[in-house]
Amino acid sequence: MADIKIGAYVCKGCGLGERLDIAQLVTVAKREGKAQVAREHDFLCNGAGVAMIREDIEKEGINHVVIAACSRRAKTDAFGFDNVAISRANLREGVIWVQPDTEQTKEITQEMAADYVRMGCAEAGRMQVAVTNPAHGSNKRILVVGGGISGMTSAVEAAKAGYEVLLVEKSGVLGGWVGRLYRRMPSHEPYSDPMETGVPELAKAIESNKRIKVYLNSVISRTSGAPGQFSVDISKESGGTTTENVGAVIMASGFEPYDLNKLPELGGGKSPDVVDQAGLEALARTASGGAIKRPSDGKEVKSVAFVQCAGQRDDSGKHLAYCSGHCCNTSIKQAMYFKDANPGVDTVVIYTDLRTPGNGEDFYRSAQRKGVIFTKGKVSEVVPGTDLQVKFKDLILNEDAVAKADLVVLATGMVANSGVDIDAAGGAPNVEGQPEAAAGNGKQVSVLNLTYRQGKDLPLLKHGFNDSHFICFPYETRRTGIYSCGPVRRPMDAQQAIEDATGAALKAIQAAENAALGRAAHPRSGDLSYPAFRREGCTQCKRCTVECPFGAIDEDEQRYPQFNESRCRRCGTCMGACPVRVISFENYSVDTVGYQIKAVDVPDQFSEKPRILVLACENDAYPALDMAAMNKIQYSAFARVVPVRCLGSVNTIWINDALTAGYDGVILMGCQKGENYQCHFVKGSEMAHYRMSKIDDTLKGMSLEVERVRTCEVAITDIQRAPSIINEMAETIQKIGLSPMKF
Amino acid sequence: MADAVATNETILVVGGGISGMTAALEAAECGKDVVLVEKNPSLGGRVSQLYKYFPKLCHPTCGMEINLRRIKANKRLRVLTLAQVEKVEGSPGDYAVTIKVSPRYVNENCTACGACAEAVSAEIDNSYNYNLNKMKAAYLPFTMAYPQRYVLDPSIIGTPEADKAKAACKYGAIDLGMQERSLTLKVGAIVWATGWRPYDAAKIQPYGYDRFDNVITSVEFERMMDPFGPTAGRLVRPSDGKEAKNVAFIQCAGSRDRNHLKHCSRICCMASLKQSTYVNEKFGDQAQSTIYYIDIRAIDRLEDFYQKVRANPTVKFVKSKVANVTEDRATGDVILHGVDTEGYHRYDNRHDLCVLAVGMEPSVDAHSIAAGVHADVSGFIDAGMANGAIFGAGCATNALDVNRAVQSATAASLRAIQVINKVSGAEV
Repeated sequence: MADIKIGAYVCKGCGLGERLDIAQLVTVAKREGKAQVAREHDFLCNGAGVAMIREDIEKEGINHVVIAACSRRAKTDAFGFDNVAISRANLREGVIWVQPDTEQTKEITQEMAADYVRMGCAEAGRMQVAVTNPAHGSNKRILVVGGGISGMTSAVEAAKAGYEVLLVEKSGVLGGWVGRLYRRMPSHEPYSDPMETGVPELAKAIESNKRIKVYLNSVISRTSGAPGQFSVDISKESGGTTTENVGAVIMASGFEPYDLNKLPELGGGKSPDVVDQAGLEALARTASGGAIKRPSDGKEVKSVAFVQCAGQRDDSGKHLAYCSGHCCNTSIKQAMYFKDANPGVDTVVIYTDLRTPGNGEDFYRSAQRKGVIFTKGKVSEVVPGTDLQVKFKDLILNEDAVAKADLVVLATGMVANSGVDIDAAGGAPNVEGQPEAAAGNGKQVSVLNLTYRQGKDLPLLKHGFNDSHFICFPYETRRTGIYSCGPVRRPMDAQQAIEDATGAALKAIQAAENAALGRAAHPRSGDLSYPAFRREGCTQCKRCTVECPFGAIDEDEQRYPQFNESRCRRCGTCMGACPVRVISFENYSVDTVGYQIKAVDVPDQFSEKPRILVLACENDAYPALDMAAMNKIQYSAFARVVPVRCLGSVNTIWINDALTAGYDGVILMGCQKGENYQCHFVKGSEMAHYRMSKIDDTLKGMSLEVERVRTCEVAITDIQRAPSIINEMAETIQKIGLSPMKF
Repeated sequence: MADAVATNETILVVGGGISGMTAALEAAECGKDVVLVEKNPSLGGRVSQLYKYFPKLCHPTCGMEINLRRIKANKRLRVLTLAQVEKVEGSPGDYAVTIKVSPRYVNENCTACGACAEAVSAEIDNSYNYNLNKMKAAYLPFTMAYPQRYVLDPSIIGTPEADKAKAACKYGAIDLGMQERSLTLKVGAIVWATGWRPYDAAKIQPYGYDRFDNVITSVEFERMMDPFGPTAGRLVRPSDGKEAKNVAFIQCAGSRDRNHLKHCSRICCMASLKQSTYVNEKFGDQAQSTIYYIDIRAIDRLEDFYQKVRANPTVKFVKSKVANVTEDRATGDVILHGVDTEGYHRYDNRHDLCVLAVGMEPSVDAHSIAAGVHADVSGFIDAGMANGAIFGAGCATNALDVNRAVQSATAASLRAIQVINKVSGAEV
């Protein structure tokens, strides 16, 4: 890297020129900020302003630019210079829009602005232009685990985009559960009749596709590496293991139906004529459009009862708490098998809420037209016998009732094949004999067998599914480059699984493409920086490997952290965790923030000018403060706000440094943690709160009041609350007095 | 962006809501060139008008901030606002799309300083707030609007108001001479993500949306929760400004009804369950919500949220399709009439406010997109059919929640990439 040459540019537009002494700020940038070039401009973001900066970059060799103007969130098009490190000193949203325009406040407003210029220069001076992760791989082959409708779809769609695919299926045939259906729900208007599954055609298309290599009777016995350079062992049931390299992984390991035998009160396991939905499909396939015969005596079924939510939506804690989504439509479809073969068959669907969203409503109406009876009721018991008796409470008539049937179908729901629950053991290292999840049907076996330090499979969200918690970003799992789709991620029907699998194929392709360029994946997509690690200082405390929300960090043979850069999401939680501060990013480090904190001018203890450090999550708290400014909501002129990538990246040294330097208060603003976490890096905010829970001892050791440091959850909508948190701190300081730590 | 250059290796995404933004970003982050067109002055779509998402009760603008950051950071993605597709011609890998761009009267010099809005006194309906209040005719659509650039409403052009705005701008950002223009883009594939609109509640005559002040829609209810919204974040009755503590939610308002929308709009049950938490947020134990439903459709793990609301003693559930709504003129209260089908009891229930959980219909009738695009009778794109290289995404294809819309958009994005890779002959 060439020498750092800082150019600082102070804007006079948007009222900055009227409110602030711009010449003084330029001097601050030069003298204190060590800017080689410092200039002011009437209107920095317009063509002439930008051209001025560009000229300095080209002619003066400026490679670090400080824009002292508006927020880093504004005017990004104008200030998007390539190959220079850019720092934004937020004078508009951060200063003049949050301070009153009065004579009395002029001085402290100017001091605020001057500090932001110092901070901008300090940050720019410690930043590097990110180059790329040198250890990246460039394999773009996609591994799909699971040969059901989801996996088959992912494979075909990825191949269609030009990518090579490995498709691994543990059984001897492709197709999964959908392959075993007689028909599936319609996906087209008029949504009135069951349709062909399409599985044989899809299987044929896969077999003849030269880009897709299929492994049947095979499982994944080992997965190691990172996006762009995964190495996987594929083991055949008959013995023998093949090692393959792939760039990204799609986990489409599907589901098992909830075990019928767990529902003896509903006749499960008590009578061959009580079947689950998969059992009914088998009977329908045998009948192939003719009369369906029951298992016990081969008698043609003349009456059939469908029991919805069997072992689902269960509040007793014994069965599945969730709804599997597809079962109402599936029972409707299965009732049609009977009605279409013989309209004289009595079909009744007993349900509490009939859930047929979207065009399922057409399908429901079609069943009603075909004479299927729907009864709102709660089934308590199925009594086995030649005439099965379904006892239920009729919720409309509010009375007990009995339905007699030749055959009873229990809609039992889906249990995800999501592998082992790696968090069941408290996120401990992946060791032999680790207790495995007992979700749904019992003992689970690993699907991916990851060699990752944090465990063999993807973390689970809820109920054994490895869904993402993000509403806006459903595919973002906590293992970069590994995407789950289909019913392993969330209960769903075939149509939705097809859609889901197509989306997952895109994400896998994208992960491989980004890895090949050494770029980060979501949410810092395109970020070329990666964690750099100073091995000689490391004490092998393992905090980084444990705290990484994405399981990116393993340990090498000598027990040092091994970063697997392509697995890293660049949140900086490892940097925040490191007690000896040996982890940093080129464009974001202990120093880029630490020097900003040190750059602030802290007046002496008789000045009555406290300093409050605000470390704000750049995605939520910082925009909330920006928007407060846009609404002209004011906050203390003694606050100095530093955006951080995630609260998880906050290293406690920054707090210590601030307090030692005489700051009077410190506020950490991060996203909601816990069950409904909103942290974009999943665990970052939680880690920060945990670390900060121990700050009281530090404060006491320094003879400082514990009220001086506050960690809080701030949402992007806290446009009024975020400023008031700052103001409360200012009031607290007024009460307890300035810090005695000032020089 | 004045001149968007595009080739047959470019993907056009139509619609800048959550689905369109997702489709555009996912493709651009795979290294494809993308042009995203949005008919409104800013991106964000319907979700930017929501207060919270179910089931996490998190804020839509949070994900939007991430998406905007991704957009700002991506040089392959170009955004055209106030732009509408007029005509699509051609075939997969080779489309010519005519786009009409309406004048914003504000150019890229705008710093969003707000001086023009201060200078202008003319007011127009605030469409971001579903016209529940007024805003200045020089406006930033909402605080998080992207592009962060003001707009002059066409109604003031040629009036002294426009001159006031121009005079107030120090940066030469106001260009009153801007004209509507038409441009033609050559693209290889199209993702159609024009989203949904709330069903016109006035058409459901028995519920009196057009007659009674205190019958509102679910989307309007969302806006009332915004501290910067039309009621400054207060849940009050439009008729008299009295706090609305006793709220009725009517499910399937227009949905599952052959006279209106024949489909189930999927999201409305969850939306009303979520909105019942708003009433608690404002009034605690004083809140009273009653949800009139046919079936509560809280699918998969959303069931957990339903059970949580079900356990809330301030929320009542009545299984009933409400027959009609009347108004007590003296008090402004709304009275819901019908039969509780669980036990067949007639009811005439009085409430402060009635919220209609209105259904979703496509905001653009898919029959009108282009020749060869299959649409269902409701006007949704039939995404299961071959539609050339025009791929439906999100609520343009069906009534979807945000999570499923994003999934659908990601899938559509891949389908577009498949076409582009074929055009470019890219082999990996």
